[in-house]
Amino acid sequence: MSKNKSEYLINRHDNQYEVVIGLEVHAQVTSQSKLFSTSATKFGAEPNTQVSLVDAAFPGMLPVINEFCVKQAIKTGIGLKAKINKRSVFDRKNYFYADLPQGYQISQFKDPIVGEGKVILDMPDGQKEIGIERLHLEQDAGKSIHDLDPKNTFVDLNRSGVALMEIVSKPDLRSPDEVNAYIKKLRSIMRYLGTCDGNMQEGSLRADVNVSVRKKGSKEFGTRCEIKNVNSIKFMQMAIEYEANRQVDLIEDGQTIDQETRLFDTKKNETRSMRSKEDAHDYRYFPDPDLLPLEVSDDFIENLKSEIPELPDEKKKRFIEKFKLSPYEANILVSDIETSNYFENVIKKSDVKLATNWIIGELFAALNEKNLEITESPISAGNLSKLINLIKDGTISGKIAKTVFEQMMEGDKDPQKIVEEKGLKQESDPKALEALIDKVIDDNREKANEYKSGKVKLFGFFVGQVMKVSGGKANPQLVNEILKKKL
Amino acid sequence: MSDITKQSLSELVENIKSKKLSSSEVTKAFVERSEKSKELNVYITEDYSNALEKAKKFDEKPNLDLKLPGIPMAVKDLFCTKDLRTTAGSKILNNFVPTYESTVTQNIWNEGAILMGKLNCDEFAMGSSNETSFFGNVQNPIDKNLVPGGSSGGSSSAVAAQLTPITIGTDTGGSIRQPASFTGTVGLKPTYGSCSRYGIVAFASSLDQAGPMAQNVKDCALLQEVISTYDVKDSTSIDFKRNEYSKELTKDIKGKKIGIPKEYRVDDMPKEIEDLWKKGIEYAKDCGAEIIDISLPHTNYALPTYYIVAPAEASSNLARYDGVKYGFRAEGENLINMYEKTRSEGFGAEVQRRIMIGTYVLSSGYYDAYYLKAQKVRKLIKNDFDDAYKKVDAILTPSTPSSAFKIGEKTNDPVSMYLNDIFTVPVNLAGLPGISIPAGHDAKGYPLGLQIIGKAFDEQNILNIAYAMEEKINFKNNITDWWIK
Repeated sequence: MSKNKSEYLINRHDNQYEVVIGLEVHAQVTSQSKLFSTSATKFGAEPNTQVSLVDAAFPGMLPVINEFCVKQAIKTGIGLKAKINKRSVFDRKNYFYADLPQGYQISQFKDPIVGEGKVILDMPDGQKEIGIERLHLEQDAGKSIHDLDPKNTFVDLNRSGVALMEIVSKPDLRSPDEVNAYIKKLRSIMRYLGTCDGNMQEGSLRADVNVSVRKKGSKEFGTRCEIKNVNSIKFMQMAIEYEANRQVDLIEDGQTIDQETRLFDTKKNETRSMRSKEDAHDYRYFPDPDLLPLEVSDDFIENLKSEIPELPDEKKKRFIEKFKLSPYEANILVSDIETSNYFENVIKKSDVKLATNWIIGELFAALNEKNLEITESPISAGNLSKLINLIKDGTISGKIAKTVFEQMMEGDKDPQKIVEEKGLKQESDPKALEALIDKVIDDNREKANEYKSGKVKLFGFFVGQVMKVSGGKANPQLVNEILKKKL
Repeated sequence: MSDITKQSLSELVENIKSKKLSSSEVTKAFVERSEKSKELNVYITEDYSNALEKAKKFDEKPNLDLKLPGIPMAVKDLFCTKDLRTTAGSKILNNFVPTYESTVTQNIWNEGAILMGKLNCDEFAMGSSNETSFFGNVQNPIDKNLVPGGSSGGSSSAVAAQLTPITIGTDTGGSIRQPASFTGTVGLKPTYGSCSRYGIVAFASSLDQAGPMAQNVKDCALLQEVISTYDVKDSTSIDFKRNEYSKELTKDIKGKKIGIPKEYRVDDMPKEIEDLWKKGIEYAKDCGAEIIDISLPHTNYALPTYYIVAPAEASSNLARYDGVKYGFRAEGENLINMYEKTRSEGFGAEVQRRIMIGTYVLSSGYYDAYYLKAQKVRKLIKNDFDDAYKKVDAILTPSTPSSAFKIGEKTNDPVSMYLNDIFTVPVNLAGLPGISIPAGHDAKGYPLGLQIIGKAFDEQNILNIAYAMEEKINFKNNITDWWIK
């Protein structure tokens, strides 16, 4: 018996399996320059144009920590409600590869800058807390390009030395949907903080996914496999689904699972073994003697705390309490900082309830259709606010408003002007409406008589006729009142 | 002036400042003597014509306010020099020409000195005899069969043979002090963090430190004053108040407390060394210092600790020499094969040995037993010194357990070679300053050195003690110019 409907279980024969997932998210720190050098970090630059002597590991070159990246990591830690470690240590992770110029990656191993924290997920059946194990700072490697030449590999070092935050979750995730919600929440928090742009297409956010399965009810974890470097939520979900089923099949077949590192093949939708535990690298971690332990003071941390904006969870609470939004509405509106900013700008001068409905309903649908982000919306918050006020004060009907809205989507036009230019203003003058209604009754004498003799259903027909004749502009409430009297 | 090269740095500076000598005259004299001294094999890369050109330019518009006005100088080939090949004594950097200058050498050029060339050294500064250099061993001007010490063997030999008025070396476990001792010259290893490591080819980052090598203490003080600067490009550089060491130099060391650590009386120490040490104690007393017996209980563990920490860091520091970006590359069938061939052919035996030791001690399963334990012992060694410095101002020891040995004598016995560092490595492990001054000769007439170890950042004090003792010792090097035909 499952406690809730959304529980994700894999059924085989009489057995039910639970999936246990932990994520190591690599988030690129938003910063002008790299973690240990002054090179730029712009995405999409010509290969090897953002490389310093330090990034290319020339003899005698030394790393110098970028204070801004440290601040970004601490801010992120604060956003994850995590413990900030006042003393952290940079270690060298040693391995050879052509796109790793130093022959080691500077990372944090035993003493990360951020310790345990948490992320709250809003799932359909309630909230769920996902534990954060740690967050540490590390350098990105360069990029090997294998497909430009049949014989040679090219190396682009633009990314070499760029600051990453590795955010390690506890194995608290139980389904692809939770993974989806977790990544989105993490991204949302970092975008609120301005510490990572969360752009998965540009590789600013990618994850290693640890997956294991166990019989439902079991307390012990199964053997896990790590799926390396997955760069979209969809692929993460597909990889988890494939991998969990693969592991269940092995167990059902009486086989054991090897702890190994696997790759997700996005074309074939399957995971493949990359290297087994025996072949695992011995990274020979040791503290980087070129860098002193990183020490931050209480004041330093307090100052950063004062720079932290209102984060999604707090904002949601405020929206519910202050604006009486439903948790569902609040969730949608706080999901990213741009949407919540837009919403708050709209309601500065207009009705909250109407604004909520119009943003979540019409605006999102229209943006979705045009594949636009809220920041690219053709309708500014100010103009949407005006439109809502036109509805609220009865200048136009909700129906007409939709027409005006469509016009606005074609370009940021003032709704007031559209209404005036197109003569869409609602007809609320009782005398004018009476004349209209008299004409409609005259033209439909027979039906009017039927109505009078008891066919009350025909009332709707008359309303429709009046609206039609008025070109939709007649104030529906007044039409109702006058019609009742006249018939 | 035929005896230009016999002049000390201080004399040369004086003579250039008073316009008795021009930079061109001085540079020409050292270049000519260097050219006649090829047999010593001290230079890896000569830059004589540029040096003469720069001297000429200096003379056209001499800035005599500088501390090293127009003084020619050759430097250890571990310092990256812009547009001049920098090899670190290795085949793997045989063709490497930096586009940048190390902070230490830049400081020197900023004070008016002129680069003559790059001096031989053990490969990546790993060695105690200069025999691991890809560019061949260096001869000690004291005797053609003797090693000049290492790793700064080209530097010590060049100063002793007066091919450069002064020079700089680097010291990771004794690489300045031991060769100074072997050649009858003065060498200072400054406090860790005193001189920037930016642009110095790294051996062991937590131990490496550049320092001056000279014919006398005063010259040494002057050069230290020039090279020691705080540098934001080196995260381990320390921002402390640096003295004007040469100006503040004094022979008045009356009442200074000098410690004699009993643990340095090692087994099998030659009687000559024991006698030298006793003599040193007498000299110090003559200068008015107070002698106090002290204990540095963990001294015995210093050498094994050093030979874990230094190779561990080296194994990682040298990973960048992989044939991908610069330096020597051996073609291979694939990436791994290219790495293997490049590094097997590019590195010499001693460097490979240390990379292997270092890789081993950092491996999972061995890390705690070796590297971590070594770091703990290192802390204990440092604590020993901290305790001692509650009672004394400086510590006096021999620089080396023997005088210079013969070329080839220890090449097949790495452990015996490593033992040569026994008195010098504790100083590096504790990050302290230490100076070696020539203090006498052994029965064969080879020079012997005494080491004065100071508190961190207390270079002035050990320079003063060395300065005072130098006068009492009145050492004379027996160099006959045998190599000049």
